[in-house]
Amino acid sequence: MPRLSDTMTEGTIVRWLKHPGDLVKKGDVLVEIETDKATMDLEAYEEGILKAILVGQGETVPIGRPIAVIGVGDETASPATTAPSSSVEAAALSPTVPSAPASELPEPTAIAPESSRRDLDPTPMSPPVFMAAPLATLTSPLARSLAKRNDIDLDTITGSGPGGRIVRADVEAAIACLAPPNASSENPNSATPDEAALTRRPSTSEDDVEEIPLTTIRRLTAERLSESAKAPHFSLTSVVDAEPLLALRSEINESLTTDRERISVTDLLLKACATTLRAHPEVNAAWGVDKILRHRRINIGIAVGLPDGLVVPVVHDVDRLSLTEIAHEAHLLAERARAGRLLLEDIGGGTFTLSNLGMFGVDHFTAVINPPQAAILAVGVAKPEAVVRRGQVVARTTMKATLSIDHRILDGATAAKFLADLVRLLEHPLGIVT
Amino acid sequence: MTEMTYRQALHDTIRAEMLRDERVFLIGEEIGVFEGSYKITTGLLAEFGPRRVRDTPICEEGFVGAAIGAAMLGLRPIVEIMTINFSLLAIDQIVNHAAKMHAMFGGQVSVPLVIRMPGGGGQQLGATHSQNIEVYYAHVPGLKVVAPSTPADAKGLLAAAVRDDDPVLIVENLALYNTRGDVPDGDHVLEIGTAAIAKEGTDITVVAYSRAAAIAVDVARRLEDEGISIEVVDLRSLRPLDRSTICASVRKTTRAVVLEDDWLSYGVGAEIAATIQEGAFDFLDAPVRRVAAAEVPLPYAKSLESAALPDAAALVKVVHDTLDATRFGR
Repeated sequence: MPRLSDTMTEGTIVRWLKHPGDLVKKGDVLVEIETDKATMDLEAYEEGILKAILVGQGETVPIGRPIAVIGVGDETASPATTAPSSSVEAAALSPTVPSAPASELPEPTAIAPESSRRDLDPTPMSPPVFMAAPLATLTSPLARSLAKRNDIDLDTITGSGPGGRIVRADVEAAIACLAPPNASSENPNSATPDEAALTRRPSTSEDDVEEIPLTTIRRLTAERLSESAKAPHFSLTSVVDAEPLLALRSEINESLTTDRERISVTDLLLKACATTLRAHPEVNAAWGVDKILRHRRINIGIAVGLPDGLVVPVVHDVDRLSLTEIAHEAHLLAERARAGRLLLEDIGGGTFTLSNLGMFGVDHFTAVINPPQAAILAVGVAKPEAVVRRGQVVARTTMKATLSIDHRILDGATAAKFLADLVRLLEHPLGIVT
Repeated sequence: MTEMTYRQALHDTIRAEMLRDERVFLIGEEIGVFEGSYKITTGLLAEFGPRRVRDTPICEEGFVGAAIGAAMLGLRPIVEIMTINFSLLAIDQIVNHAAKMHAMFGGQVSVPLVIRMPGGGGQQLGATHSQNIEVYYAHVPGLKVVAPSTPADAKGLLAAAVRDDDPVLIVENLALYNTRGDVPDGDHVLEIGTAAIAKEGTDITVVAYSRAAAIAVDVARRLEDEGISIEVVDLRSLRPLDRSTICASVRKTTRAVVLEDDWLSYGVGAEIAATIQEGAFDFLDAPVRRVAAAEVPLPYAKSLESAALPDAAALVKVVHDTLDATRFGR
């Protein structure tokens, strides 16, 4: 429906003067259209055969709506002609046919190469990659073979390469997520006041909502969290006097030669947990549905926050490593995690998990257990607090350690003993290095 | 080991081969009295005399044909064609005679011919004097085509070519004649058909030959500082092509870029890319990219000439693009 006057918004078909099958020449009147001002004739813009009338006599449609189709193939041409296309646009794809009358065939339009990236600057010297519109999700050959070897379904992966291509990094991220991630979160039942307000007020227009597609990490994390929710959680919190621990850390770091990694609080925590787990094997356990599995090796996962989500690389045999070895290993794993290059062996085999949100200033939080592990330790920031010593209020640097436990595997008393021993070790930290 | 220029390495090797084997002789334009258009054959006329160092008129088809005949009859000529551009005047002799005599005569005769010719642009010599058409010859069964990028490889490949009983084309490059490098002393003969890992790396493979290989090594060294580890495969031979070294490298790095001085379409890079997708398909995390000369007759004006030739900046950009396409470093 053409805009026949500048105020016209819709038009009514009064009468079709041409009918399907009629040959139409440029300038022939096709149809009479009633506009807001007057009834006007619509002339054909192109020559062809009127193939179909889409809006009938008496109907009103807005401007821009197709009202008829004029084809440019000649059905009565010699048998060598291929079937003519039914619309001017489709004619672009029809093969050039030598015997059809030249005047009736349009110039075949080349299928323009789709640049694989919108911002690509194709110089004649380094051509862009010519990609046809993909029929299925694009996957690099390497990603495909890596996924196959690790039994990953490519349909579950979102590609981050050009044009949405799945590349190796995406498959590796999916592999990393096969290990249960640790989502350190608040009690999921309590919504913040802002969240509550949002849920009460339904969005009225699409502008209010931004849809963010799930990345592979996010989707797998969500699945894992849902699974973890089945475990009956309880948590125990203790306040740790952190001054001896921090003092030990400084002393160790000062004594290190320059090319070694500095020991962090997390490294000390890892070692302390490992030592305490060695003494409490019932905590280094996992839920085996109809049994409890006690792991002989102590492999502790460290929660690493990435822009895309959370991954939990694992330091293996923490109880057998020295502090500097732990620091080195943790550092390497964190780097690999950030580069998206964690290997399968980096994220598998964890028996316990540690999450430290102290660097974000979080005082206290309850972590969600990494299924099927029995427990997870959440540590907050070490900062000066008012505490009571010998009846006096003094300032001491303390931090809160919260142990979340799967009640199917451990009871309160057992967990409390573990936590007490851990806290004692942290407050008498020489035991960590001896 | 002695440090010397590419030019010197060629000169010394030609002389050494002429001393070693009295059947070796030189033929070409300006190689004797003028001491060589690019001074490769300096002093050789004086040392070996006019029977073994033959100046010719401007007649590529004629002197290449004569050299083929001489080779068929037992001599071992080293032909110098002033630049690869002029080889077109003798292409029938090279492709239809030198390459096919052995096969068409049922093995009764060999053509132990060496043709040396520099290619390349960048000296404002104009479109007809600046081409890189080695791919025309690399395409032909019956020929061997080598392209050394360093003085050491120039010596090793030239020596190998002279001793080879088949016709060998040595594609040199005008821009490389003055480059310097360490050259092994004494007898140094490379195997024709072997590529070299000019620089080892882990993140991306850059395949190149001749001048482009030198650029690639330079870029690789610079990008180390950015944390990008490039492995440079210097082809050294275009025919036979060392496909296994190329594919082994890409299987390791999962990414590949070709840097070539010839034009993009139907160039050497096209063969490399096909080779890689055949031999390392399941290891590719991104498409193989090619950086080549702009598809124009090379301009004379310096600014345009530079713009039309591939350079380090073009390679760096495509290396980055390929790494980005695989989310490297994220």
